[in-house]
Amino acid sequence: MSKPKFVYVTFIRATPEKVWEAITSSDLTEKYWFGYRVSAEGKPGDRITAMSPAGQKAHDDPILESDPPRRLVYGWKPLYKDVPNERASRVTFELKSIKGQTRLTVTHDDFDEGSRIFEMISSGWPAVLSSLKSFLETGQGLEPTWVEEEKPWLK
Amino acid sequence: MDEVFRALADGSRRELLDRLRAGNGQTLGDLCDRLNMTRQAVSKHLGILEEANLIATVKRGREKLHYLNPVPIHEIGERWIGKFERSRLQALSDMKKALEARGE
Repeated sequence: MSKPKFVYVTFIRATPEKVWEAITSSDLTEKYWFGYRVSAEGKPGDRITAMSPAGQKAHDDPILESDPPRRLVYGWKPLYKDVPNERASRVTFELKSIKGQTRLTVTHDDFDEGSRIFEMISSGWPAVLSSLKSFLETGQGLEPTWVEEEKPWLK
Repeated sequence: MDEVFRALADGSRRELLDRLRAGNGQTLGDLCDRLNMTRQAVSKHLGILEEANLIATVKRGREKLHYLNPVPIHEIGERWIGKFERSRLQALSDMKKALEARGE
């Protein structure tokens, strides 16, 4: 196993089942993942797909592991226009129930040396995870805070 | 959130976070290198940072790797910095950096 590049942890006041639903159902991701519809409800071998708010396909990757509501692993290759063509990296979600909260750990790894996509995503996950936490705790996700000119690939 | 501010209130702990920002996924040994602190002190600071969820750790074999976890800091930013202020703040921060660089 390669050394993970990013490990993000957030504690969410919700059950692992709720968190699982929020990260796999496109109807729910749309409400906090800045309008993206991310569908990851299938079994290993099925696809995880993501559609941008503009209706562009942003991801179409294999689900590698799925053990609801504990562990979800999928490939990760952005299909946005103007994104460097690199092989898929890997995202792992681990959910653990702790004192009425869920500890959600997102690990993003399996990048090639010198990956440019790795540089581009570093600010994305904290924004998504903060918004997910707000969404599950208050019913409302956050507004995107990045400056769009800096991330033209997200348009 | 109190824990986050308490953890950030210490210069040594901020330095450890800076080091992880420069190189994510370091072991305790890596972090002690060229640092004017005992191994025990570094270990204690890392414990406080982990407690505040500012770092995440991953066990790999016998090693424990430390990662900067920016999610709580992001949440603080979200609380007090709105969507529209961010680009103005970025511009000001870029200007400050550019002017300071010229003065060097």
